[in-house]
Amino acid sequence: MPPVSLATLRKGARGVVTNVQDDSQSLGDEAHSTVSRRLLELGFVPGEAIEVVQEIWPGGDPMAVRLGNTTFALRRREAGAVLVALDRP
Amino acid sequence: MTAQAQALDPMRLALVGVPNSGKTALFNRLTGSRQKVANYAGVTVERKEGSFVGPTRRRQYRVLDLPGSYSLTPTTLDEAITRDFLLGRLSGEAAPEFVVCVVDATNLRLNLRLVLELRDLGVPMIVALNMSDLARNRGFRLDRERLERELGVPVVETVAVANSGHRQLLDALEGIQHPGTAPRREWRDPSFEHIQQTQREVRRILRAIDYAEPARKEALRRLDAVVMHPVAGPAILAVLLFFVFQAVFGWAALPMNAIDAGMSWIGAKLAASLPDGALRSLLIDGVIAGAGSVLVFLPQILILFFFILALEDSGYLPRAAYLLDRVMGSVGLSGRAFIPLLSSFACAVPGIMATRTIPNVRDRIATIMIAPLMTCSARLPVYALVIAAFIPHRPVGPFNLPGLVLFTLYVSGIVAAMAVAYALKRTALKSSYHPLLLELPEYHWPHLNNLAIGLWERLKVFVQRVGTIILALMIVLWFLSSYPAPPPGAAGPPILYSFAGMVGHALEHLFAPLGFNWQISLALVPGLAAREVAVGALGTVYSLSSTGDDVAATLVPMIAHTWSLATALSLLAWYVFAPQCLSTLAVVKRETNSWRYPLLMAGYLFGLAYLAAFVTYRVATALGG
Repeated sequence: MPPVSLATLRKGARGVVTNVQDDSQSLGDEAHSTVSRRLLELGFVPGEAIEVVQEIWPGGDPMAVRLGNTTFALRRREAGAVLVALDRP
Repeated sequence: MTAQAQALDPMRLALVGVPNSGKTALFNRLTGSRQKVANYAGVTVERKEGSFVGPTRRRQYRVLDLPGSYSLTPTTLDEAITRDFLLGRLSGEAAPEFVVCVVDATNLRLNLRLVLELRDLGVPMIVALNMSDLARNRGFRLDRERLERELGVPVVETVAVANSGHRQLLDALEGIQHPGTAPRREWRDPSFEHIQQTQREVRRILRAIDYAEPARKEALRRLDAVVMHPVAGPAILAVLLFFVFQAVFGWAALPMNAIDAGMSWIGAKLAASLPDGALRSLLIDGVIAGAGSVLVFLPQILILFFFILALEDSGYLPRAAYLLDRVMGSVGLSGRAFIPLLSSFACAVPGIMATRTIPNVRDRIATIMIAPLMTCSARLPVYALVIAAFIPHRPVGPFNLPGLVLFTLYVSGIVAAMAVAYALKRTALKSSYHPLLLELPEYHWPHLNNLAIGLWERLKVFVQRVGTIILALMIVLWFLSSYPAPPPGAAGPPILYSFAGMVGHALEHLFAPLGFNWQISLALVPGLAAREVAVGALGTVYSLSSTGDDVAATLVPMIAHTWSLATALSLLAWYVFAPQCLSTLAVVKRETNSWRYPLLMAGYLFGLAYLAAFVTYRVATALGG
């Protein structure tokens, strides 16, 4: 299964981070490079286990993810930079 | 401190660490209450410095608690200060001689990258493995000696919340030579690839030291499932806020009365012992009454901060910010704005000071600008007076009319605040998109020692404000209300003949369209100092000789007879918006380092107040009020 963007995942989805994109596909301005760098610095790095644990209704934005041993809240816009290989159900 | 330790040059330490590493708890453990809180020059980032003497009493340390940072590539003002301080680029600050990097032993995966970054910087440092007891109890496995070898810097275990939990750190510090300011290596923001490489190195070290993280406790997982649930979460937050409000207004009544009584007692003692004259009037009506009217809010502020600090310490507040991100975001504010706005219901002064946690400057200023629209407790005496005089005690369904009117006034403030924020964020304070990337730290029981030190700091800051800016303003107002003195044999209260009286009479023309008579216009002038002073001032202009609560009691029938209902409602509407608090404006000036925002705030609040009161008066008159 090809990796999917974290922004598309719903509550309960689990997988492994495969990549953080350093391009500005989902966000046009220079803030994006800061976002993807900060994502890396916080530990969104290839190989880390990730799970979507909560999302705000309606719309599911922002969402809360469990990454390794830490929980983070982020919006789908930021999550767009993170690629995840889903666990086989 | 011993003479020996004093004689030596203190060693300059800096505590660095990612947020939630327990850095501030360790700082509190090292320095106790020997702390000095100020701002870094020119910016509004809190600078916390403390000092302590080493266990062998040979050396003194000056330690700075740097703002929590995930990285040396900053995304917030706090992080920029930390980096610039470490690089010695901060004006007026010498770079530290030695760095203690505080890491959370239960979360090395998140913490180690900063350690590697600092090591690459070439600052002499020691790593404090904090919460090492918790790590052991929760079943973490880590090899300290191996970690020391891998990092190439000393690693000690600390337990910031235990009595001698900093012992190993103290011993290690005593062992090091006074390094002097070591030359720093050149610092450049690392490339994207370089960050990835550092993270790979972190993972390699974790494997090398055989770091094992146990699965999260089921109970904590379940707690989050409820607290952050999209429906249950906001409901719990609402109940919690309701409880905090009850406590702020319920528990504070007794100590507030005590402070009030204490101030009156001091005033009476002074009145008895001083000869009648300007000095007596200055001390009693200016200093004691003025400072007292602000100090009386201290219990409410302390109770509110107790809850805020406890919720912060427990790890709940970031979750509340997560839950509210959507709602606050709809008017362009950050979820973090919720804490300062909550504080503003007690008093806008601590609320505005609490905006320091908002990373984006424009978001922060927008939050400051709307903070005075939260109904602070100083407005309650005025609301209570007018409601008691004009709103009949009639049941409306399960509620009563006075209660509903009060509720409406609170809601009007909140709705207006949201509207103003929306307008500001679309015009003057427009900013580009700001991401939300919020760590939600593990739950902890709040620690009493940290709560006590945190409250003590708030108390000191608040009293210092009262002692300086606010008191000075009170004295100026006293002067304006007392001079010139009435001519001999003049009828009516002395305030009529004072500068304040002249201003009040001049203001009458301005306020006539709002239905305010000259007495109200005049009372608004001393009410500038603090809103509730207006009640006392009304008492003065209506020539009442009683004080405090008696004024309100005797005023109620008086104003019920002389004001129309339209005037009363207009005054209530005025008070929802009126910028009648010089302390707030003074704090805004201080926090934003410019006159621009306090002037803008006073201007827009005055405009809104005038408009709201005008519309209320006209509509009420038309409806036959």
